[in-house]
Amino acid sequence: MNRSFNKSQTLRSPDCSAVEVKSKFGAEFRRFSLDRYKPGKFEDFYKLVLHIHHISSTEVMIGYADVHGDLLPINNDDNFFKAVSSANPLLRVFIQRQDEADYGNFGTNTLSRKKKALVALRNDNLRRRPHLNISMPHDFRPVSSIIDVDILPETHRRVRLYRHGCEKPLGFYIRDGTSVRVTPHGLEKVPGIFISRMVPGGLAESTGLLAVNDEVLEVNGIEVAGKTLDQVTDMMIANSHNLIITVKPANQRNNIIRSSRMSGSSGQSTDSTASHHSLPSSHVLQNFHPDEMESDEEADIVIEGGLEPQHIPKLHSLPSSSLSRINGSSLSHRLQRDLVLNNSSGRESNGNIHKILSSLKTDPRHSLVIPRGGIEEDGTVITL
Amino acid sequence: MRRFLRSGHDPVRERLKRDLFQFNKTVEHGFPHQPSALGYSSSLHLMAIGTRSGAIKLYGAPGVEFMGLHEENNTVLQMHFIPGQCQLVTLLDDNSLHLWSLKQRSGTSELQEEQRFTLRGPPGSSPSATQITVVLPHSSREVLYLGTESGNIFVVELPSFRVLEKRTISSETVLQRVPEDYSNRRPCELVEAIQEHPRNPDQILIGYSRGLIVLWDVQSNKATHHFLGSQQLENVFWQRDGRQFISCHYDGSYAQWPVSNDNRQPEPLESKVPYGPFPCKAISKIYWQVTKNGLPYIIFQGGMPRASYGDRHSISVIHGSQQIAFDFTSRVIDFFVISNADPAAEFDDPSAMVVLAEEELVVIDLKAPGWPAVHPPYLASLHCSAITCSHHVSNIPLKLWERIISAGSKQNSHYSNMLWPIDGGTNLAPDPPQRDLLLTGHEDGTVRFWDASGVCLHLLYKLSTVRVFLTDVDPNDNMNPLGEDEWPPLRKVGSFDPYSDDPRLGIQKIYLCKYSGYLAVAGTAGQVLLMELNDEAAEHVVDYAEADLLQDQEGYRWKGHERLKARDGPVRFEPGFQPFILVQCQPPAVVTSLALHSEWKLVACGTSHGFGLFDHQQKRLVFVKCTLHPSDQLALEGPLSRVKSLKKSLRQSFRRIRRSRVSSRKRRAGNIAEVQEANAKFDQGALQEMELAPVQRKIEARSAEDSFTGFVRTLYFADTFLRDSSRHCPSLWAGTNGGTVYAFSLRVPPAERRMDEPVRAEQAKEIQLMHRAPIVGILVLDGRSAPLPEPLEVAHDLSKSPDMQGSHQLLVVSEEQLKVFTLPKVSSKLKLKLTALEGCRVRKMAVANFGSCQTDDYSENNLTVLTNLGDIQIISLPFLKLQTRYPCIRKEDVSGIASCVFTKYGQGFYLISPSEFERFSLSTKWLVEPRCIIDAPEITSNNHLHNTSGMEHTGRKSRDLGRSSGDTGEDERKSGRLMEHALLNDEKVLKEIQSTLEGGRGRGDPIPIYQRSRTLSTRIQELYRKKFGKKSRRTWAK
Repeated sequence: MNRSFNKSQTLRSPDCSAVEVKSKFGAEFRRFSLDRYKPGKFEDFYKLVLHIHHISSTEVMIGYADVHGDLLPINNDDNFFKAVSSANPLLRVFIQRQDEADYGNFGTNTLSRKKKALVALRNDNLRRRPHLNISMPHDFRPVSSIIDVDILPETHRRVRLYRHGCEKPLGFYIRDGTSVRVTPHGLEKVPGIFISRMVPGGLAESTGLLAVNDEVLEVNGIEVAGKTLDQVTDMMIANSHNLIITVKPANQRNNIIRSSRMSGSSGQSTDSTASHHSLPSSHVLQNFHPDEMESDEEADIVIEGGLEPQHIPKLHSLPSSSLSRINGSSLSHRLQRDLVLNNSSGRESNGNIHKILSSLKTDPRHSLVIPRGGIEEDGTVITL
Repeated sequence: MRRFLRSGHDPVRERLKRDLFQFNKTVEHGFPHQPSALGYSSSLHLMAIGTRSGAIKLYGAPGVEFMGLHEENNTVLQMHFIPGQCQLVTLLDDNSLHLWSLKQRSGTSELQEEQRFTLRGPPGSSPSATQITVVLPHSSREVLYLGTESGNIFVVELPSFRVLEKRTISSETVLQRVPEDYSNRRPCELVEAIQEHPRNPDQILIGYSRGLIVLWDVQSNKATHHFLGSQQLENVFWQRDGRQFISCHYDGSYAQWPVSNDNRQPEPLESKVPYGPFPCKAISKIYWQVTKNGLPYIIFQGGMPRASYGDRHSISVIHGSQQIAFDFTSRVIDFFVISNADPAAEFDDPSAMVVLAEEELVVIDLKAPGWPAVHPPYLASLHCSAITCSHHVSNIPLKLWERIISAGSKQNSHYSNMLWPIDGGTNLAPDPPQRDLLLTGHEDGTVRFWDASGVCLHLLYKLSTVRVFLTDVDPNDNMNPLGEDEWPPLRKVGSFDPYSDDPRLGIQKIYLCKYSGYLAVAGTAGQVLLMELNDEAAEHVVDYAEADLLQDQEGYRWKGHERLKARDGPVRFEPGFQPFILVQCQPPAVVTSLALHSEWKLVACGTSHGFGLFDHQQKRLVFVKCTLHPSDQLALEGPLSRVKSLKKSLRQSFRRIRRSRVSSRKRRAGNIAEVQEANAKFDQGALQEMELAPVQRKIEARSAEDSFTGFVRTLYFADTFLRDSSRHCPSLWAGTNGGTVYAFSLRVPPAERRMDEPVRAEQAKEIQLMHRAPIVGILVLDGRSAPLPEPLEVAHDLSKSPDMQGSHQLLVVSEEQLKVFTLPKVSSKLKLKLTALEGCRVRKMAVANFGSCQTDDYSENNLTVLTNLGDIQIISLPFLKLQTRYPCIRKEDVSGIASCVFTKYGQGFYLISPSEFERFSLSTKWLVEPRCIIDAPEITSNNHLHNTSGMEHTGRKSRDLGRSSGDTGEDERKSGRLMEHALLNDEKVLKEIQSTLEGGRGRGDPIPIYQRSRTLSTRIQELYRKKFGKKSRRTWAK
């Protein structure tokens, strides 16, 4: 165990890129390590965990304890990356069976609360009405988000509507109107564009972020002042695949108060990929469904030949969207994408890729970037 | 600066841009919309036309044109040239008078408004007291006589418009010597006519509406003769010698009155109702022209028998036993007769009659037997039949040009060969650098070929496609000229004929190959005609083929019009373009796109259902492709044409609303993000339903199930790398309304086996743009990023052969974006998202070559793009960088935007009215605009001077001395005259000097109504701004 200790020591030193992981499933612990800066893909991590715990055929949910002691889920690339990079020094991972998972546990201070009043909580839980079985976020599709909260005045709201992959119509109408502005000469009436109607059951209505009589100020970062109703209509339709509208809500009571904004680590994410004011930073919401990943880019479909329509999406400047049109989200496709990214010549022949893929599928750890020290499992070293 | 908002700040590029691009609206072609007044200067040989929107246009010799615009935009009621001067006075319907001058500046003449004036009575007087009915510019050039509704005649001085109150001719003074029983009938109701005595400028003839006519002596300020007419007066006309005049009346009669010193109150010599005895309509204007042979020409407007011919717009010409009532196609605004310009001549000897009708200008040669019409070199009625499409071809080879002209000249044989009689001014514009053709397609199935090289848009040749089809009206049994015994002797003149026999004949697309002379013309009922130029008349059978665009699609029923029936057997064709193949699309929907490749001998056409490729060498359909989306119902309903009934569109709207309500699944399909036309219709229906709901727009993404997604918007032939990067091949590209691009690789057999082997086509690519916006243009750029040349262009050594070494690029222009893809692997390279950024949509797109005005050898290709906001943007190739933009058309002017065509060298045309094309230029190098000069009247008007004043030998009064000496320069003459007057020491003359001096003072400090340096285009811009509150943009006037 001397060797293992030494290993641990080196891993814990701050200049080392490896992160020690302690994974708990039921009563069992496993230990291994990951590269802090290049932890790899969630899918592969997931496979690895199942492999290590020898529970390959079980559906599980993975959670971790963050610096504040909150139990947070790991279910996509981004929160996986977040978990690994924020591990200080140890990453504690908790694995639950999917059917046994207690979703209510996720959230602020769940772990610490549990420790303090374990018995009381248990009784509480029994008395509470049965949980709605809410599935994991990756089973959902984002329909909208409020973005750029940090840079907008509190009276304004920037709403992003995700239409792609959504069967619902956008479903709202706009009209001309006048709004009152404060100018150096006092109040002044200026023409403006307003939301006039919501289509019942439409996307806009279902988000709850837009309402009748909200004034439209910008469409995808471009001010609508001075533009006609028809121009604004055309702009919105042209951006309908990824519509970001900045509104001044008619009802100012539900505004987000900036001071109470939660810290980034506790799950509140701001999505500013299409914002013209801040650099694209986090893509948290983009991992839910591959179809949703088209940030500002739309991919045209090119069909080669006239016979069997064979969808071969082209490689875009934004790599994340390159294969997004392919309906499957299967691992092989994801791996194919990774390969394409890592090795640009890999796309040259499809046959080759498939060969590589079939060999890789069996062992997902291939694509995990493992620190040179190798992987440890409670003292038993797994050599790859 | 705004114009460079989105471009970099590379100073070199900015300088180059200034050398390349410049926006000007240069000239208006065609016939002025809603003309309302006509004027003519016999000394300048200039004609002036005023319109209901306040525009005035002056025309002289071909190429000599001026345009002006009254700031008020009021109807021009009258226009009068000041005798012997480059000035004219206009009267508007707000009772204002405007003085316009042709001023010379840097070698050319410019039309400017100098002065304006509104006649005001004393405070408290009724407005009718000063409502002007008649304007007479006196030959002295010093005064205007203004007849009013009150019967008073005011005299104002020129150019100051100072009212000379002492010289006012009030109706009371006129009535002083009229018999009492006559004066009791209140004969001085309204001044209908004032005419100056042709030989004695001191006498003017005044006609009042109730029939009284007096001859007034200006010097003694009293009436010398009274002519007591009993009929309501319309007009008067002096005979040349001044011994007689003619009056014409409301009851359709005219009377001839003698003027002699013996009888101060004569009876008419002759009174006649030419089209009696039944009640006739008024004769509103009459000319009496004397000739050497003694028989006068009597020319009058109107006078037709009220009951049977009261609706005709006629002008009758009577010369001895010859009499013709010219029957015009629209209301006659006014007319004049061109006669011997020498006022001293004894006879008029009229040569031509110029008639301004509401829709066209007709000139009749009065010298040639039979009085044929003269073919006007300008003012063509573009809208003889409504224009449905236009096509511009630059730089026509001389050979083709001559053949078209010769074909056209055979059609014009019925025209007089008289030289154009209105020949004032000198055209200084350089000869057009190249021969350009503008082809217009019309609703009646004709294609007109216009010479668009220069300022005068001139009809070269007219092609009719009607002969190929069996229509309800047999073209042979159209109205035969009426027989000799017909009375009245009506003769139809003019070509305006807005009524189409069959709307299916309408022309929708035209493509002319200037090298081969092949012409493809497509129409409303899915017909595509291929034609060849033949210099001889010929009789042959037109081959027929059908293209079933629905193919295997089942269960559709076309509810639109039937296809046109082709004529069986051989058809006789005139020399010119003769059809040899008719392809009819099935269903017979309107042809929405057309492409012709004369080298491969292929023609492609598309409708709202699909597109097809036809091999016109082997006369075989190569393939068809159905683009119809299965859920698209509207595409089957009928033709997408402007004759679609309102009822139908409302029904459709309601059906769509209902559909969107019934099933929630369909709801996303029922959106309005599609063709603007359908949009408007939907709104119509929705508005009715929602009653007073505010105007609102639905925000909805386009879906594949929208209507008319299969509508083929553009077709394009290219020899490029479609399949792999090593071998290029012919290809056909098609773009639809739903944002789909289809690419077919073609195999065209080599020339020696062209007839033996079939042309093969295979679909190679299908690109679905995710934003699904309609595709308005497809273009392939060669290895040097230059657009591929037109077919046969290289073969004729007129273009560099395309670079087939470097990689080609595909440019797809949709209504929303411009996007460049690589070839053969279609991957997006760069794009410009116009709609997302600016909210505008691309309406028209063309490639234009811009030459630098500084260096002769530099030129570059750019895209010119017209948006739905009426802006024109110039976008660089291949990097899609916005170079500059100009506001061009009002965004409300939908027909103007829809009619716009670009030329290959950065000019363009669009309709500003049904009958007028505005020509604009984006290039600094290619600029076609009128440059002309009107000679100062000293030379040309000498004779006139002699006419009015040069009667020394007839014992004129002293003040004529001055006038006769005025041959040197205007100013000198004026001062010289004053000196002489002063010497004469005449009291009256002194008074006049005083008034002249006062006027002079006024003249020295004129009110600057217009800044003098303003050009025509800025004036139009001003007008627009005024009317529509558009902000002034610096981008306009460079």
